[in-house]
Amino acid sequence: MSETIQYEVKDSIAWLTLNRPDKLNAFVAQMNHEIKDALRMASKDDNVRCIVVTGAGRAFCSGQDLSEVDEQMDHGQVLRDHYGPMILEIKKLEKPIIAAVNGVAAGAGFSLALACDFRLMSEKASYINAFIHVGLIPDSGNLFYLSQLVGTAKAAEISILGEKITATQALDLGLATKVYSQEDFEVEVKAFAKGIAMKPTKAIGLIKRGLNDVQTLPFEEYLQREAESQRIAGLTEDHVEGIEAFKNKRSPEFIGK
Amino acid sequence: MTAYKFIETSVDQQIGMIELNRPKQLNSLNRYMVGEILEALQAFDRNEEVRVILLVGKGKAFSAGADIEEMAGADSMSLELLNQFADWDQIPLIKKPIIGAVHGFVFGGGFELALCCDVLLAADGTEFAFPEVTLGVMPGAGGTQRLTKLVGRAKAIEWLWTGERIIANELQKYGVINRIVSPELLREEAFRFANKIASMPPLAIRMIKDSVNKAVDYPLYEGMQYERKNFYLLFSSEDQKEGMQAFVEKRKPVYKGK
Repeated sequence: MSETIQYEVKDSIAWLTLNRPDKLNAFVAQMNHEIKDALRMASKDDNVRCIVVTGAGRAFCSGQDLSEVDEQMDHGQVLRDHYGPMILEIKKLEKPIIAAVNGVAAGAGFSLALACDFRLMSEKASYINAFIHVGLIPDSGNLFYLSQLVGTAKAAEISILGEKITATQALDLGLATKVYSQEDFEVEVKAFAKGIAMKPTKAIGLIKRGLNDVQTLPFEEYLQREAESQRIAGLTEDHVEGIEAFKNKRSPEFIGK
Repeated sequence: MTAYKFIETSVDQQIGMIELNRPKQLNSLNRYMVGEILEALQAFDRNEEVRVILLVGKGKAFSAGADIEEMAGADSMSLELLNQFADWDQIPLIKKPIIGAVHGFVFGGGFELALCCDVLLAADGTEFAFPEVTLGVMPGAGGTQRLTKLVGRAKAIEWLWTGERIIANELQKYGVINRIVSPELLREEAFRFANKIASMPPLAIRMIKDSVNKAVDYPLYEGMQYERKNFYLLFSSEDQKEGMQAFVEKRKPVYKGK
């Protein structure tokens, strides 16, 4: 069983809660692997149609637990063995994943939020690309996602200046999908996740696949894969339901297949 | 149709399909199964209803390799006498096009079988590997030879030495895979491709395969002479007359494979 996270499936939503509140949910190797395993479980579970990653207590995730870091540490190996596989698991996930950023997301905690499809922030939450302050570079896919989200110039600012980004600033930068007040945060996150979970899950997975293809394929090959994805989507029950509902002027009830 | 133990065969619209069918063992290849695959290939090669052969795996993987338990206790002399690779040697003698459509894992003997195909389609994310080295041995059914001829010495020796997994995208860059398709549509896309080849004049397809394979083994001059003979040979076919006649008459040709 997991010790550093909580994993619970409820109403088609998998809640993955980083659960080291006294350490501001800082990463230790075990947590990297428990997150990866939980994501794999969510990916295989047909009942799961949306995943929410959030933090217990007042922080989202403060990044690497510095008590695990010593002079002997091979930082490259830590990324290859622990962070890389976790981030890759998120990349491979063909279901929607939401970062519910309840508090500070620093360092690799920021990277974790960046790797998700949506970032819902509490007004009290903030980001900080803290790596520069200890002479390191943003890792765990951070620069890859960050530069896509805000462009190279802003990514450089955020990474080299290492300044705190408030929720309001994050919204302006496109680093937050929504910002909610602290007291409404839980309710709003639940409502948002529920809305996502009721959408045609397979189509969402195929959209994510397409967005990955955009980065890796030449245009003609991309069009080829697009045709394949639309063929797959066209075979889903949700597509049939969508058309039926439209014809009958009612709201569709998607089942995610 | 013959009942097989470890494979299934079927014919649909001129496409003869061979499905590896040991899904619980991830289609790991035992000797009997290789014999069956060869038998099915030969039967399709003789079957006039079949123009294209499609090779696929049932379940989670195309094939995770050879049946290790079957080999673990072998010694050199028993292997020499068993001559198990004689079956493998006959696969290149199949004249009809063989299209492989692979997914999941394509390891060891499974990879070697995939390399026996003329055209290879892979589901996105398919993992390939030659892990033999990690068991203290090496590929024995053409792996070191076919892979090297396809990708060149540098990459071949790296992959064969490390036994590491190679993702389909990477192999496509080296020309091992013709097309990568969505996993959900592997069969459908494979049939679409097979249909395209099945609609072509079969004798031309056959002579092209024969000539292209010679390009791998022959020096250029000999290969050119060989190609020329096959080119001349096709002028004895009805399909050549039909094809050129139709071109002149600006209509669609109808090919009979004669």
